[in-house]
Amino acid sequence: MPELVVQLTRAGFLALLWLFVLAALRVVRSDLYAASGLRVEMPQRRDKKSKKPSGGGKTARKLIVTHGALAGTRIALDGRPILIGRADDSTLVLDDDYASTRHARLSLRGNDWYVEDLGSTNGTYLDRAKVTAPLRVPLGVPIRIGKTVIELRP
Amino acid sequence: MSRPVGLAGGKSDGSATNPGIGPFGKPATRRGTEAWMLGFAAVIMTAALVLVEANQEQELTLAIVWYGLAYFGVFLIAHLAVRRWAPYADPLILPCVAVLNGIGLVMVYRIDLALAAKAEQAGHTYTGDAPKQVMWTAIALALFLAVLILIKDHRTLTRYGYTCGLIGLVALALPAVLPRSLSEVNGAKVWIKFGFFSIQPGEFAKILLMIFFAAFLVSKRDLFMSAGKRVLGMELPRARDMGPIVIAAGVCLAIFVLQKDLGPALLFFGVVLVLLYVATERFIWVLVGLTMFGVGCVVAYSLFAHVQQRVANWIDPLATYDDPGGGYQIAQGLFGLGTGGVFGTGLGSGRPETVPSANTDFITAAVGEELGFVGLAAVLMIYLLLSMRGMRGALAVRDTFGKLLGGGLAFAIALQVFIIVGGVTKLIPMTGITTPFLSYGGSSLLANYILVALLLRISDAARRPRKPTQPRQQQPAIAEQHTVMVQAPESPGGKS
Repeated sequence: MPELVVQLTRAGFLALLWLFVLAALRVVRSDLYAASGLRVEMPQRRDKKSKKPSGGGKTARKLIVTHGALAGTRIALDGRPILIGRADDSTLVLDDDYASTRHARLSLRGNDWYVEDLGSTNGTYLDRAKVTAPLRVPLGVPIRIGKTVIELRP
Repeated sequence: MSRPVGLAGGKSDGSATNPGIGPFGKPATRRGTEAWMLGFAAVIMTAALVLVEANQEQELTLAIVWYGLAYFGVFLIAHLAVRRWAPYADPLILPCVAVLNGIGLVMVYRIDLALAAKAEQAGHTYTGDAPKQVMWTAIALALFLAVLILIKDHRTLTRYGYTCGLIGLVALALPAVLPRSLSEVNGAKVWIKFGFFSIQPGEFAKILLMIFFAAFLVSKRDLFMSAGKRVLGMELPRARDMGPIVIAAGVCLAIFVLQKDLGPALLFFGVVLVLLYVATERFIWVLVGLTMFGVGCVVAYSLFAHVQQRVANWIDPLATYDDPGGGYQIAQGLFGLGTGGVFGTGLGSGRPETVPSANTDFITAAVGEELGFVGLAAVLMIYLLLSMRGMRGALAVRDTFGKLLGGGLAFAIALQVFIIVGGVTKLIPMTGITTPFLSYGGSSLLANYILVALLLRISDAARRPRKPTQPRQQQPAIAEQHTVMVQAPESPGGKS
């Protein structure tokens, strides 16, 4: 082959390889938030909630696991109830011997989140108090379920 | 019901910001992206083949196009299987594998051409490895499909944890105890020979043992979490909890001594350490493991002559250049990399065959010679992407076993590449281990395709949007109101 063609194809192939890498990186970028559990904030909910200043004027936007096997997990809150337990279809699936299959539920009533125990064996605790009836969950107050501790954050 | 892993799709606007339409609209599976990227991979493979043929003064025929199309076709079957059995799997894992495997096939073929020409000059005949490697690729993809179809949910693997562990251990130990005639190739006792072909059971044992360790750690995690004495601000684990890691280290050392091969032992031990670290988040385990590894290295160095040889080759390959088993191979590999320079000699224009075992252990030297630093960096980037996507699936999956197994598998790819590329580039002492997907070798290819199938399965579980709530779960609030005592909303616990 002529020298020029050799040189051109040599550079061309390297360019092709890096083009593949760049295309792959574009795919990575395009689903950066897809599988992470982080949700893009939804503007519709904000205006409705900002009217009533409950819990210091802030509403809970995410749920964070602070202790336990899943520590660091965060779940964006969008108004739908959150089921916590060992069942596979729970929102937060606990892998914990001290948690029940359907352990507790967090649900939004009005502008506040309430936690209720779903008849668990070892109980659900809001701060220090055992949850026997649906209790309002203020921001930043730990909820303990088995060995897992979760909190609501703005 | 909100979900931690809601949108499997790419564009997070559209369906998500519009709660009016269904819970999630239609989540994107990104299978189309995967198909495009696979096509791209096939184009790269075909282009590489064309360049090799042209530069080696071979006849350029239309057959090359058919090879490219056949390669695409084979991966299209895999793609369709993923579409059918793991529709939400990560779209990048399979294309990355396709590119690496394609480059590997072309390089093996290219080294075949060079070795055949050399053999012709010397008057021998040389049978190429490339057709065998193509066959292994086809078998590996069939195995990939089988794993994808048979394992519908990776969590079922936890049930077979101990079985996997036992089989893995036996497979790992088998070549060491078999007679030399059945298990030794080039001084490394890591093979089982079945007449016309031979396999390296260690490659499969790696995956089986990872499944075992992940399952074991999920059930016995607390064992490693309990703290012992505090020394220097770090909580040391209790002595009796050290059992499993001591056993793992012992097994590694035994493999290493019996098989005279550091690579698999290093890989296995590294993965065990990472799984322990991921499960417990305690750095002390890594520290303990590294200390044990260091001690093991020193002991091995003082006891075994071949380890001293390896280290001597690593420190100065040119000093032992002419010794038998000396630094000749490493030095040749480094010369190759040096010849390649930044942009390489071009595919088919270098002389990678001057490195002994250029198509297995030293294939990265061949790639570095012909594609240069730029090309080798691209290949390493593709490995990085592959490992990263695996890790991402592991992060997003919601069960602990999936997290551990996915993390371990993804890390194993990265560690394996580090060990072999580090050895070739003289960063660490050279150990015999295959380059995943790139180097010639059936067992490695089969095992790595199984690994990728498991990664796809885990990432599918991670990205799959969960079924909408069954009405049954909406009801209990009213139906099962077991709460009779009603406390005031402003309870003592609730400080606002």
